[in-house]
Amino acid sequence: MQAARRRSLDSHNKTAYLFLLPWLVGFVGLTLGPMLGSLYLSLTKFNLLNPPVWLGLDNYASIFSQDPTFTGSLSLTFTYVLVSVPLRLAFALMVALALNKGIRALGLYRTVYYIPSLLGGSVAIAIVWRNIFDGDGLVNQALAWFGIEGPAWIAHPDYILSTIITLSVWQFGSAMVIFLAGLKQVPADLYEAAQVDGAGKTRQFFRITLPMLTPVIFFNLVMSIINSFQVFTPGFVIGDGRGGPLNATMFYTLYLYMKGFSFFDMGYASALAWLMLLIISFFTVIVFLTSKYWVFYGDGKEGGR
Amino acid sequence: MDKKVWTHAGKHTLIIAFGLLMLYPVLWLLSSSFKPNSLIFSDTGIWPAQLTLDNYYNGWKGLQGISFGTFFANSAQISVLSVLGNIATCSLAAYAFARLNFRFKKLWFSLMLVTIMLPYHVSLIPQYIIYNELGWINTYLPLILPKWLAHDSFFILLMVQFIRGIPKELDESATIDGCSQGQLYFRIIMPLLVPALITTAIFTFIWTWDDFFSQMIYLSDIKQFTVQLGIRSLFDPSGESDWGALLAMSALSLVPIMTIFLAFQKYFLDGIATTGLK
Repeated sequence: MQAARRRSLDSHNKTAYLFLLPWLVGFVGLTLGPMLGSLYLSLTKFNLLNPPVWLGLDNYASIFSQDPTFTGSLSLTFTYVLVSVPLRLAFALMVALALNKGIRALGLYRTVYYIPSLLGGSVAIAIVWRNIFDGDGLVNQALAWFGIEGPAWIAHPDYILSTIITLSVWQFGSAMVIFLAGLKQVPADLYEAAQVDGAGKTRQFFRITLPMLTPVIFFNLVMSIINSFQVFTPGFVIGDGRGGPLNATMFYTLYLYMKGFSFFDMGYASALAWLMLLIISFFTVIVFLTSKYWVFYGDGKEGGR
Repeated sequence: MDKKVWTHAGKHTLIIAFGLLMLYPVLWLLSSSFKPNSLIFSDTGIWPAQLTLDNYYNGWKGLQGISFGTFFANSAQISVLSVLGNIATCSLAAYAFARLNFRFKKLWFSLMLVTIMLPYHVSLIPQYIIYNELGWINTYLPLILPKWLAHDSFFILLMVQFIRGIPKELDESATIDGCSQGQLYFRIIMPLLVPALITTAIFTFIWTWDDFFSQMIYLSDIKQFTVQLGIRSLFDPSGESDWGALLAMSALSLVPIMTIFLAFQKYFLDGIATTGLK
């Protein structure tokens, strides 16, 4: 009996691993292997032509002690993430709330608001952004109607980041669609009970809607942080592709790309990549750890999973 | 009653106005692509004062004798092969995770979940070195091969969740009728998985079509260029671009994505809502 079960598990094992084979090959060959490879390379000097030269922790030491471009790109990327992610999620939530109340033509509005998310990642839209935010572009002409003289959004290092942030916030549609789905899950009787108890709209929002949405907010937050950290195309196209003006578009990924593929300093670029992994993991872990204080999972187990 | 109608109308007006504002950049792109070069910056209205097809004609000529037709064909080739790869291999892995029992399943599954969150850059450089050794730079293999190795684990998770929703009784009765695991996958699971496969297909298509970063890294020969690379090369950040041609080709580059979106809207929005895709 036992032997028979063992045999069936074995054959199950074989079939299962056959199904899993492409993914396993990919996991080892494209993820695990290269990750270890870049960890090794980060401890060397390597330019693709000569064999790697062992440096120990020198790459990391110079990143932290004598690389102002690294510090600059990191703080630029942090600013971008910390401003654009909350703004985008707040927008998404606001519009989702406005659309939620059994509004007619919801499908149409949902489609319209989703289109920016659909197109926003393309080079084409980045080029449009560069054009409409240009010194005498659409945005400044619109501001001029209100008597405001807009700055040179693209050419001035102080303003170009806000241009890129608006492009990110503009794409709030996908988060909004997720919020709309989350709002549908909130049981209507909760609101009825609250109304009977005399709770106003604001109170209902903070006591019912928001807590019930926290799992969705949590998910959106984690994925947005991870994705925003890796932003590349908008900075590359709206800026000059080399981080300018004055490193104002030198996002972390662009710096990594330039180190690795323009200067062929691949050891250094690998060190940057591993630091990026650590930074992203750090933030993800923080969000996960704090989640038990603010994420509400229905079924009575507050904060638990 | 009247007051209610008015607040309703007001709300809709507000939502529509805001929607138009949201769409304005896209509409501006579309209309500017039909304006003569001299009017693109001065005529900001949505309806062009003067219509011309010159931009499309000039833009389509492309760069260095390679027309945009080639770029579109290249992008389409990469995207379609990627879609097929993701559908085939992600569904295989998903079937194993959702339905089969095997040793180390929990370990592999959690590793799969972790890969969803890993930044692409941490494996980028060794991958580039390997492809370089293999002589695959300036081919489409570095862009397509990962899709045939179920590298986009996000879609595996999507399909695992979908398969878990398919009643197990179906599998059991099919097994009693003598179906092997392979037949189960092809005859029972695959047909029922179609909605998830469509979601996977459209998102893979769009993300591959828009994937500027890896295309830029692996393709430098202009004959191999994709639409995104073609547009980027028409664009000169230091100033003197042929804006008309550039905007015309930009508008054209969005057409496949918009077409797919409008054709498969339901799958799109439901797919995002249920799984939290980007």
